[in-house]
Amino acid sequence: MDHFKVENLSISFGGLKAVNNISFSVEKNSIFSIIGPNGSGKTTIFNMISGIYKPDSGRIICDGENIVGSSPDHVARKGVARTFQNIELFSNATVMDNLLLGRHIHMKTGVFAGAFMWGRGSAAAKEEIANREIVENIIDFLDLQSVRNHYVASLPYGKRKLVELGRALALEPKILLLDEPSAGMNTEEKGDLNIWIKDIQADYQVTILLIEHDMNMIMGISDRIFAMNQGEKIVEGVAAEVQCHPEVIKAYLGEDLSC
Amino acid sequence: MDMKRDYYEDIQLFQSGVVLFWTVVLLLVLFTLPLVVPNYYVYLFNIIMVHIILAVGLNILVGSTGQISLGHAGFFAIGAYGTVLMMTLFQLPFILAILIAAFIAAFFGFILGLPALRLEGPYLAIVSLGFGLTIMHVIGGVDAFGGRMGIKVPPLDLGIKQLGISWILTTDFHKYYLILIMTIIMVVGARNILKTRVGRSFVAIRDSDIAAEVIGVNLTIYKTLAFAVSAFYAGIAGGLFGFVLGFFDPFTFNMILSIIFLVMVVVGGLGTILGGIMGATLITYLQYDLLKNIAEVPYFGALMVAVSKQWFTLVGLENFSSMAIGLIMIGIIIFEPLGMFGLWIRMKKYWMTWPF
Repeated sequence: MDHFKVENLSISFGGLKAVNNISFSVEKNSIFSIIGPNGSGKTTIFNMISGIYKPDSGRIICDGENIVGSSPDHVARKGVARTFQNIELFSNATVMDNLLLGRHIHMKTGVFAGAFMWGRGSAAAKEEIANREIVENIIDFLDLQSVRNHYVASLPYGKRKLVELGRALALEPKILLLDEPSAGMNTEEKGDLNIWIKDIQADYQVTILLIEHDMNMIMGISDRIFAMNQGEKIVEGVAAEVQCHPEVIKAYLGEDLSC
Repeated sequence: MDMKRDYYEDIQLFQSGVVLFWTVVLLLVLFTLPLVVPNYYVYLFNIIMVHIILAVGLNILVGSTGQISLGHAGFFAIGAYGTVLMMTLFQLPFILAILIAAFIAAFFGFILGLPALRLEGPYLAIVSLGFGLTIMHVIGGVDAFGGRMGIKVPPLDLGIKQLGISWILTTDFHKYYLILIMTIIMVVGARNILKTRVGRSFVAIRDSDIAAEVIGVNLTIYKTLAFAVSAFYAGIAGGLFGFVLGFFDPFTFNMILSIIFLVMVVVGGLGTILGGIMGATLITYLQYDLLKNIAEVPYFGALMVAVSKQWFTLVGLENFSSMAIGLIMIGIIIFEPLGMFGLWIRMKKYWMTWPF
């Protein structure tokens, strides 16, 4: 059974073929990177996977099940979590609440159970406490202790990126989609992020799909790389193959870069 | 700084001994107040508490979920009429009647929530406005509901007629305690909802609906749920309001009332429990009591009476509370978008760090 596979995925907006007949397959617990120039359709692929866009044709297979046509919340319940290029956090909630929202699909408390949270013994309180413990582990893992109870709106950009990553992790995903996680970070933060992504892969047993422009990072951590341009696949392979592919160099890296 | 030892302390009702102490003091005051103030004020407190229930519920929808409703007088009316009709037509005990009425209001809330899945901002405001007006006119057109002539409420009997138990609350003084207990339950309930999973999902929808969906929050369920919860609160408030008034007609629940409810939430502070409580208290006081008191203020009162007579209505100060509310609204939006809750936080911070 395929772990995660995209087959002949296409979508067009008006006359523009944003993604044209893309297929790839990702192995369990690996890091699969998608690279390409701006506007080549990388984020569109992520949006189709997480159910925000409905592809015109093609299939997205997650654990043997076609998730095309599912609404985003159903896709989340299948174990697909993601972060956004421009950060989509709940700015007027605390870091803790943001991460707890990541636990949404693992919690059950409804309106009535919530309203009657009278005391420590109630079902709602027990669930809260258990999930706060899990979230606390993520806070420890990402070094967010100092901003635990801060409002997201008051955090610097780099920290927000981490909170968003933490929220995705809180979902306990099988597939993690990271859309430019290092954008806007300085070299030191990028270094940390590099290590974290490696750690996430190892500790959380999760398959990571990564969109990234930082070539050092991509080449360092990816198991496989998929290069695309203008909605079309250029090449797929390990770092060395992709790096030296003439079309990748032409479209993305610049002609004078030699391997 | 207080040290936290376990996660329950994050969500418990009384975050510290100080809070517990002041809550107990407040409760003592609330329970003894009707013993010492004149009866008119007990009546006013009853109305304030009813409005607190409604404003707290409306704040869940407007403040926490970020949806607008200009039709809450409609839910308020459903609660009031539903409770009275359940009691007179089906001889149900009061508690059961008000709960059923509130659930009917919640169902209508769910219905109004459906267009909210597609509409936002001003468009949703218009739909909800239409809903409130429709409810008012439909009720006015049905003779079984008392039509335009209004409806007189039965005695407020907490007992069960079928079992021969009767416990009738006749005076405002007795009703005060019933309403106070209901208010406490509803406010604590709202606070708990906002502290747990459902409330967090509401906030998620307000801040970023795309991200909310991607983490698994079903927009259809939670948006309609926010409307239903809010309408449930309005229904409970309406059920109590009917018994405070003793008599009401469809035009008690007019469009202006919906707007006043929204003003309560905005003036009090969007998205906070305390905001709803403070806004409802202030606005209700202004509406029901300021008219009487302002005329007695030396010079200023006479001036206001003269101004009102000259330019507004012949009856005198009718418009003064609307003017005052309007000015407060403008002031709040310009100077303190967080409303009275924001002022409260500033005050608290000032005294916590005083004298520095």
